[in-house]
Amino acid sequence: MANDAVNRDRALAEIARRVPAQRVLTSPAALSAYASDALTAFRTVPEAVIVVESTDEVTRVVRTCAEHGVPFVARGSGTSLSGGSLPVAGGIVIALNRMNRILRIDAEERVAVCEPGVINADISRAAAAHGLYYAPDPSSQPVCTIGGNVAFNSGGAHCLKYGMTSNHVLGLTVVLPDGAVARLGGESLDGVGPDLTGFFVGSEGLFGIAVEVVVRLLPRPESVRTVLAAYDSLAAAGDAVARVVASGLLPAAMEIMDALAIEAAEAAAHPGYPAGASAVLIVELDGEAGHVDAEFRRLLALLGDSGARSVRPAADEAERARIWKGRKSAFSAVGRLSPDYIVQDGVVPRSRLGAALAEIDLLSQAYGIRVANVFHAGDGNLHPLILYDGREGGALERAERLAGEILELCIRMGGSVTGEHGVGVEKLAYLPRMFSSDDMSLMRAVRDAVDPAGLANPGKMLSPT
Amino acid sequence: MTSHLQPMTVEALAQAVRDHARVLPIGNRTKPALTRVSSDVALIETTALTGIVEYEPAEYTFTALAGTRLSDVSSLLAAHGQVLPFDPTFRDAGATLGGTVAAGLSGSGRWRHGGVRDFVIGIRFVDGAGRVIRGGGKVVKNAAGFDFPKLFVGSMGRLGAIAELSLKVFPWPGPSVTVIAHMRDMAAALATLPRIARLPVVCDCIDLVPPANLLMRISGEESALATSVDRLRGALGGEAITLDVVRGAEEERIWEAAREFTWATDHLLVKVPTTLTRARVLETSLAMTRAVRRYAAAANVAWIAWPFDEDVAILDSVLTAANLSGVVLRGDEPRARLGVDAANEFGARVRRAIDPTGRFDV
Repeated sequence: MANDAVNRDRALAEIARRVPAQRVLTSPAALSAYASDALTAFRTVPEAVIVVESTDEVTRVVRTCAEHGVPFVARGSGTSLSGGSLPVAGGIVIALNRMNRILRIDAEERVAVCEPGVINADISRAAAAHGLYYAPDPSSQPVCTIGGNVAFNSGGAHCLKYGMTSNHVLGLTVVLPDGAVARLGGESLDGVGPDLTGFFVGSEGLFGIAVEVVVRLLPRPESVRTVLAAYDSLAAAGDAVARVVASGLLPAAMEIMDALAIEAAEAAAHPGYPAGASAVLIVELDGEAGHVDAEFRRLLALLGDSGARSVRPAADEAERARIWKGRKSAFSAVGRLSPDYIVQDGVVPRSRLGAALAEIDLLSQAYGIRVANVFHAGDGNLHPLILYDGREGGALERAERLAGEILELCIRMGGSVTGEHGVGVEKLAYLPRMFSSDDMSLMRAVRDAVDPAGLANPGKMLSPT
Repeated sequence: MTSHLQPMTVEALAQAVRDHARVLPIGNRTKPALTRVSSDVALIETTALTGIVEYEPAEYTFTALAGTRLSDVSSLLAAHGQVLPFDPTFRDAGATLGGTVAAGLSGSGRWRHGGVRDFVIGIRFVDGAGRVIRGGGKVVKNAAGFDFPKLFVGSMGRLGAIAELSLKVFPWPGPSVTVIAHMRDMAAALATLPRIARLPVVCDCIDLVPPANLLMRISGEESALATSVDRLRGALGGEAITLDVVRGAEEERIWEAAREFTWATDHLLVKVPTTLTRARVLETSLAMTRAVRRYAAAANVAWIAWPFDEDVAILDSVLTAANLSGVVLRGDEPRARLGVDAANEFGARVRRAIDPTGRFDV
């Protein structure tokens, strides 16, 4: 341990020679701000935070860490819900927010080249002048960074039709955990050889740090039509989703919120959801106007027959924005109902949604813990919000036990423990339930080959053996 | 003497890998240039590992063994109103699902919704130690663990033996129509492409074929197709010399030829991932050769048919000069890769972990 401290001090002294002092944070107050990400139940104060401004600085800092055996965690805006950017005890944080330049937008090639600290929504903002946008839209998109999106393969509300972050990243420049630099992929939609870009995306920082990200841009859909349908039960909303799927329509998004989530969203963002509904379903179609108009008529007819108590198409862009504001504010809105909450991210096959929700309801009753449900119904991605009060002794532990039972349920139903938030520290114990010991051992072997010293974001995704 | 094995089960596939120091998994060899190896390499054919293991139309996913033919997959999906939107190549020639993923090939339809990499969601494969490893899953959205399914796209059988795959599918997009714009020459067509690619008209495919025809496929609501065609017509305006609109069987045949590469027989067939900018450079160089060029997905891929009697070194140097890499799929050419080598340290480390003894490095 004493040795570790000596190495760390040497590494920090060397970094201090290369990075201006005002960007090497070591005061307790400054470090405290980096001790948690959005998974606030976990806290580790790092030894130092290095606010880097260039690829060259990232490379130097990583090399110095490698030379002295100091673990490091890359961090953007710290919005990880799985503890992905939680600092490592005795390690440093490499803060990438200042590397926030969009280096190039090429409208002809429909790509943007970004530094890792570029905020997700800023890409679409910059591309708008060319009639283009960046499709992945995690709820945290006004603040989360593309580097974090790459590390955790972030999703969003439009994954059924548009896929996740990995489907929109064409190329990466990465600093490997020993400071070596590799270029993966490029600017083409196609490639030669194993898809290393795709393999790096979602590796949760265990393969190093992406310092340049090439994303593909899409033309902004000419028409986007959104409808809000209200139901007297969650099951009825789920059945409506099944009908939409069976109809052959390919919605851009299908989202469901339950009564508790509706109540919270209504109080926080006033989206005008129908009062007293047990569930609301949001369905969105996008594309070329003529096609969307015809599809939307089919959708409205179908929802009209689905037992909805109301079916309300958004009349204009303002109303559409209100509907989405309610949905996207749901997490923070639920925060008003309860001092603390855990967001779960399990996935079940879409046809098992109804069964999964019924079981979650039973679990909620058995534990006496309130659970609000917000989910991406189109792709079976659940987001149960488990409400608890951290000031009560044992409340967090009980909430975590309930969360664990929900994950077990997702595995049992043939789904996944995480759809878009990643494993991080939160689901360390659950990945081995989803994969065999051989699967886990190969994942560890790959990690060891890429990072023999185990310095890049250790303790995330793969639990120490 | 080359060993040629044909395991009947996934366990037998793993055993075959364990039994041989150097192996190459093969499917139906519709891309024969990818399977040319020295005689000390044991060929493990997956054609007896067939069958769709799981298919729930409502889930938009299926799982099938690696040797399952694409034609069988497509028929089953079609019966339920679903498709693999990336127009998998060599379907009618007998290509297998495993071979398609390993070769990393996507057809013209990849323009609208993405290529094979965007539809693979789960995998079981045999690693260099002969273990059966699972990665990804069977649900359309999943962020758990390293993305092995994507890693195996383009792995060419040189990383491990794919045993089983899970893919995402989409509903059939509706009736289709193809607009053919006859342009002045290839350069003019390449200049027009980026504008077409940014129109609000959503095309399934945007291909450029000799002599200088832009092919734009649209599908969707029958009632809206005519408007889409009119808008494309308007957008192309004076740039096209003539413009044809094709539907029905004739239209199907155009895309069948693209998918099956019937236009490239008796040539070396080379895939070159590119960009619009580089495609222009490439086209300038190739215009001076007898190469037949087809640009797919708004020039994100160049398919090059190179005459057998032309020196491949010329193509190699053209690609190198344009900073491009190519893969030879068909034809008698000892080198499978042309142009620049994109190998890097990350890939080398990943390979060492999955195949430490270099069993698949053939």
